Amino acid sequence: MKNYLPAAGLVVVLLLIWEFTARSIDLLFILPTPSGVAWKVWELREVLVFEHLPSTLSIILIGLFISIVLGVGLAVWMNMSKTAERAFYPIIISSQMIPTIALAPIFIMWFGYSIWSKVVVTVLITFFPITVSTFDGLKSSSKELRELLLTMGAGKKDIFFKLQVPSAKPYFYSGLKVAVTLSVIGAAIGEWLGSQAGLGYFSRRMMTQFDGAAVFAPIVLLSAVGIVLFVIVKVLEHKSLKWRKTE
Amino acid sequence: MRKPALEFRDVSFSYGGKKPVLDRLNMTIYDREFITIVGASGSGKSTMFRLITGLEIQSGGSILINGETHENRHGKVGYMPQQDLLMPWRTVMDNATLPLELGGVSKKEAKNRILPLLDEFGLSGVENKYPAELSGGMKQRVSFLRSVLTGSNVLLLDEPFSALDAITRLSMQEWLLDQWEKREKTILFITHDVNEALFLSDRIFVFQDTPVHTLQEVVVPLGRPRSLRNLNDPAVLRWKDELIEQLRSGVPL
Repeated sequence: MKNYLPAAGLVVVLLLIWEFTARSIDLLFILPTPSGVAWKVWELREVLVFEHLPSTLSIILIGLFISIVLGVGLAVWMNMSKTAERAFYPIIISSQMIPTIALAPIFIMWFGYSIWSKVVVTVLITFFPITVSTFDGLKSSSKELRELLLTMGAGKKDIFFKLQVPSAKPYFYSGLKVAVTLSVIGAAIGEWLGSQAGLGYFSRRMMTQFDGAAVFAPIVLLSAVGIVLFVIVKVLEHKSLKWRKTE
Repeated sequence: MRKPALEFRDVSFSYGGKKPVLDRLNMTIYDREFITIVGASGSGKSTMFRLITGLEIQSGGSILINGETHENRHGKVGYMPQQDLLMPWRTVMDNATLPLELGGVSKKEAKNRILPLLDEFGLSGVENKYPAELSGGMKQRVSFLRSVLTGSNVLLLDEPFSALDAITRLSMQEWLLDQWEKREKTILFITHDVNEALFLSDRIFVFQDTPVHTLQEVVVPLGRPRSLRNLNDPAVLRWKDELIEQLRSGVPL
């Protein structure tokens, strides 16, 4: 816990500077104070937590789930077949040059205001880190260990499950950590563009009403969701990679 | 005469059409022999191991393990590599069970078979630790245990002690001789260390120039059991000088 003290101190200092600057400028509908935002969160707690949070959270979780299934599946396929690797890998990498977020309006047109337009946006931006890190992880397994397993009479299946999968796990978790933070962004942006509920939607609606504090309030919650997801992944990683502590 | 455990008959090999490494090599190793192989780097020692384990396929001739040729030699001999190559994500116990798992033995049964061996391998009490928590000598003992558990009577050891400090190395050598006698194995042992070769083996094969056509063979003039003091016998010292001379002539300056 001690390690986090400098960071916590810095945050407090920044919040204080913000508080005083906002008070002296005194345009609270555009630049609310942190205390004003905190008060707003408390005031709106029921609407935010029971109405809008569930809808955003379900976009994030469904999106992440689909990304993991598709991403890991594609990584395994590319690992098994050189042809699949040559076909997909360059496309996956170059697809990152497309500003995915800018495509979001198209998905809103296709899927309407339903949850799926937002899920697609989330999947598109979380798919990449999961696929690429898992694939790199599968490829990272040691050649010497592979040969040793062969000399013990191991088959392809043994090499996959006993060598490649354990080698890929740390990479997968790194990819997942990036993906959970991106998933919050994906869901929020999807909601800005076309939605009738959700934290992103609420924030944008408050913007039109010039209620600065209420624009920030759902963002506080979104950040909290991101942090909690990240911590969950960290805990899972810790549990399944116990051996890494010993290194 | 004892029965042969490993035979090379006119074995030739080259990597992808390059200069041949082995050229119609003949060699016979008998059951329960301890053979060391010395030679300069790049003289084909490791290639020989890769051929025996089936990681490479000879371009001519035949390789017999316990009197039989095999279409696929994977899994027919136990191999202990130069680095311990333990899986960092598996505990000592789970690393040792690996060859048994691959042979279709259930995890529980594999553990039952290994438990009584831990003490002898100096590993009791550390079976649930991860490799990163072990000393170099311990890691090598796990690696040796793993190769023993492949169940093969022929073990190939590729410079297994080269990374250990001198003292650990000596005690590992004595321990290995003990194990070799107790487990009735045939061992092929690659080393750069002439002392190690003389102390451990019945016969020493010297690899000189590639392509290897014939192996120069030294029969170690020592009985068993031996102690390190035997290395000071005049006959042994003569061979030692001779061997060092030969190895040096193979090293381009």
